Amino acid sequence: MMNYPKWKYALVVLVMLVAAFYAAPNLYPEDPAIQISANRGSVVDEAFRERVHGILESRQLPFTRLEMADGRLMAHFANTDVQLRASEVLREELGEDYTSALNLASTVPGWLAALGGKSMVMGLDLQGGIHFTMEVDQRATQERMENRFVEDIRVLLRERRIRYKGVSRGAQGSLSVVLRSSEDREAALNAISSQLPELVLTGGAGGGEDWVLEARISEAALREAALNAVEQNLSTLRNRVDELGTSEPVIQRQGESRIVVQLPGVQDTAAAKRILGATATLEYRAVDESVNPLEVAETGRVPPQSELFYHRQGYPVVLSKRIIASGDQLVSAASGFAPDDGSPMVSVRLNSAGARRMLDFTNENVGKGMAVVFVERVPEVRTVNGEQVRSSRIKREVISVATVREPFGRTFQTSGLDSAQEASELALLLKAGALAAPIDIVEERVIGPSLGQENIDRGVKAIVLGLLCIMAFVAIYYRAFGLITCVTLVLNLVLLLAILSIIGATLTMPGIAGIMLTLGMAVDANVLICERIRSELRLGNTPLGAIKGGYDKAWTSILDANLTTLLAGIALFSFGSGPIRGFAVTMCIGILTSMFTAVTVSEAIAAFVYGRRRKLKSISI
Amino acid sequence: MFELFNPKWRIPFIGISRVTLVVSAVAMVVALVALFKPGLDFALDFTGGTVVELQFQSETNAEAVQSVLEEAGYSGTQVQSFGSTRDILIRLRPDHDQVGVDPAEAAASTENSIAQRVNAGERVHQLLASKGMPATVKRNESVGPQIGKELAEDGVVGIVFVLAGIMIYVAFRYEWRFGIAALAGEVHDTVLTAGFIALVGMEFDLQALAALLTVAGYSINDKIVIFDRIREMFRTTSKMTPAETIDAACSDTLSRTVITGVTTIMALTVMYFLGGETLRGFSLVLIVGILIGTYSSVLFASPLLLHLGVTKQDLMPKMRDETELARRP
Repeated sequence: MMNYPKWKYALVVLVMLVAAFYAAPNLYPEDPAIQISANRGSVVDEAFRERVHGILESRQLPFTRLEMADGRLMAHFANTDVQLRASEVLREELGEDYTSALNLASTVPGWLAALGGKSMVMGLDLQGGIHFTMEVDQRATQERMENRFVEDIRVLLRERRIRYKGVSRGAQGSLSVVLRSSEDREAALNAISSQLPELVLTGGAGGGEDWVLEARISEAALREAALNAVEQNLSTLRNRVDELGTSEPVIQRQGESRIVVQLPGVQDTAAAKRILGATATLEYRAVDESVNPLEVAETGRVPPQSELFYHRQGYPVVLSKRIIASGDQLVSAASGFAPDDGSPMVSVRLNSAGARRMLDFTNENVGKGMAVVFVERVPEVRTVNGEQVRSSRIKREVISVATVREPFGRTFQTSGLDSAQEASELALLLKAGALAAPIDIVEERVIGPSLGQENIDRGVKAIVLGLLCIMAFVAIYYRAFGLITCVTLVLNLVLLLAILSIIGATLTMPGIAGIMLTLGMAVDANVLICERIRSELRLGNTPLGAIKGGYDKAWTSILDANLTTLLAGIALFSFGSGPIRGFAVTMCIGILTSMFTAVTVSEAIAAFVYGRRRKLKSISI
Repeated sequence: MFELFNPKWRIPFIGISRVTLVVSAVAMVVALVALFKPGLDFALDFTGGTVVELQFQSETNAEAVQSVLEEAGYSGTQVQSFGSTRDILIRLRPDHDQVGVDPAEAAASTENSIAQRVNAGERVHQLLASKGMPATVKRNESVGPQIGKELAEDGVVGIVFVLAGIMIYVAFRYEWRFGIAALAGEVHDTVLTAGFIALVGMEFDLQALAALLTVAGYSINDKIVIFDRIREMFRTTSKMTPAETIDAACSDTLSRTVITGVTTIMALTVMYFLGGETLRGFSLVLIVGILIGTYSSVLFASPLLLHLGVTKQDLMPKMRDETELARRP
């Protein structure tokens, strides 16, 4: 009789039950679907559902289901072909009042989803879609900063009444300030180093009428500017990507200056680029307090010097036509907490041109309202009479309305915000509207949906058949222990799937390669154990002794072999990027699961089958 | 009990290794030469450029597409049939991005570069459509040269770290000679597999890289299992010479080595035939790599241990190790 501790049985059963539960969502294939949501002023109701029903039927687009959830309508289709055609038709027919997004609707039952069950996300190489890698143009960002500092230094010197001959951008990222005397240079040095701490100053050549002061943007400031540029582009892209109509976009920073955008299901690169390339800006305007905005919105009678806008949250605001400052004058925006009462706030810094106008305005308008309008231009291409006509669609909305408490210029705070989240959202929008750091596409991949589907079907078929071949072989060769091996191989796959699903890993082709490798290693561990048991039997051990000896002796080889490979996997993960990482993740997790299933689970099964008998005459191996 | 190999057999691996070490050395030279010339055919993942896969509405041959492209100024493109008679794969170099671009338009588009950027693949697609060869784009990938270079560097750095890490770990867990032998085996298997890829002129893309990494992982696993048995044999037997010990360990593990190799190759063969175009190259590299890895575990890395002068004394556990081993399950 083998003494196999009860808690180990319990552990094995528990782990496998949990794994089966979390792997289960992968059995429910995702439906190609279109998700339609209402824009301002429209609603999704029964009548709308009838309308969509009618449109799809009249165009002979067969759908499997139309369902309403959370104020949105989901139309499910049998395949991606119909889904794509339907999406075009719906966009055309529904116009701007509704946003329709391509979606892969989860068919995971509610109770499973409620407990955190979700299926694995397919990578673009398996699912189809568009992948962009964008890179922020660091040099242009730096140039822009230099231009700004030239302007700031000029204003500062003028304010302090320090006479200078010129401020200019020199070669290799240095700025040179030419002054008339060494005293002036001393004064300028003090003024600049106290007011513009981002600059590193060194005295240059001096003599006669020309006293040069060299300024250089510090490394830290440059790095921060680069990070900000990426951050800014990230937030703008996140804002815009909703328009592309894809439900699970991936927008991620990669390294210091890159952004990865993945749009599953989207096929039209031109449209994607137009929307990603949209430009946004900001306008600071005075609130027109002479009229009631609700009345204006109702009657449509707008005072001649004013315009009617809507706030993001839907209410109308009447603003002066005059623009106080615009997005290209915004230097930075950051959310934080007010030092006096700790309430959430956003602090904004303008460049000198913007600061001057802001100071003029706020001097005269303390106690009055000022608003920020977010303006977005999306380039569009329409075909009219066979010719391509370029135009742009402009979207304007108010993102903040505040009261001017005191005159201010270069820096000011918007306080009185409801929550820290609101503050950070506003800061993000402000940054998005500032003059964007130039960005370019350095990598672009379009994978057709049919190719994606083919890849999945073939890959799955090949893996399943391959696994069946291995199982048939070991079952014939090792008989009963071969069957145990088969069970543990399947359990290994279940456990691996469960973990990958829980951590939200994306399954790609290199990922599948990683899974293949771990399956191979799992087989190897089982073969090692079986061979060891056989050799123990040959040495004349009792069957039970052979089983125990086999597992014990195989353990060190399995541990060392797997740990070495795991080490390699961790090294790959730390030094590799993108696809190599995907491979490393599945490999590392797979090694852990295959060690658990091939050793612990398999021993538990063997102990359960053979270990409880008082006398065991022979084992089938 | 059905046995593939008679467990009583003692195969004189060390004796055979006099031949196989020479074979390995020659193969390494051939592989290195092949890696130098013709060299690996790096795919756009590493070199940058554009790949378009088009499905034409009617049957098309590669030559017709090629001549249309040559005429339009795309010199030296690679055009090949891919799968069926309607599917064509076109590879463009990074500098083909500039072909067919209206200079005036290019100058005007500086302000909004992303929105206006049309990649070479789309341009080729439109060009072919205008010449009466309409097609749908099944795949269109374009990679900047910088990205490709970085990926290649990442790959090389990754492999170097993996190799170094493995050697250090094995040297620490076993003995330094095992570390060297494991490293040599690893390099042997990766170089020969890469050499194979270069020799057959297969495109070296991301999948080939993933396959190469998989071969490396499999190969180290295979070697450690045999090394573990060699260590065990050295510790438990006293009357055998080192050569006999290594022979015995390799013979003992032979059926495991072969069975693991056979089952894995079986699964890969299925993948080769049924996995479709995308998996074919991947599985072929793995099959070759695993054959090489299995061979080198027994006939290259293990004999190498003997030539490095491994002895029983080197492997006798110190006292602390023994208590630790006893605690293991």
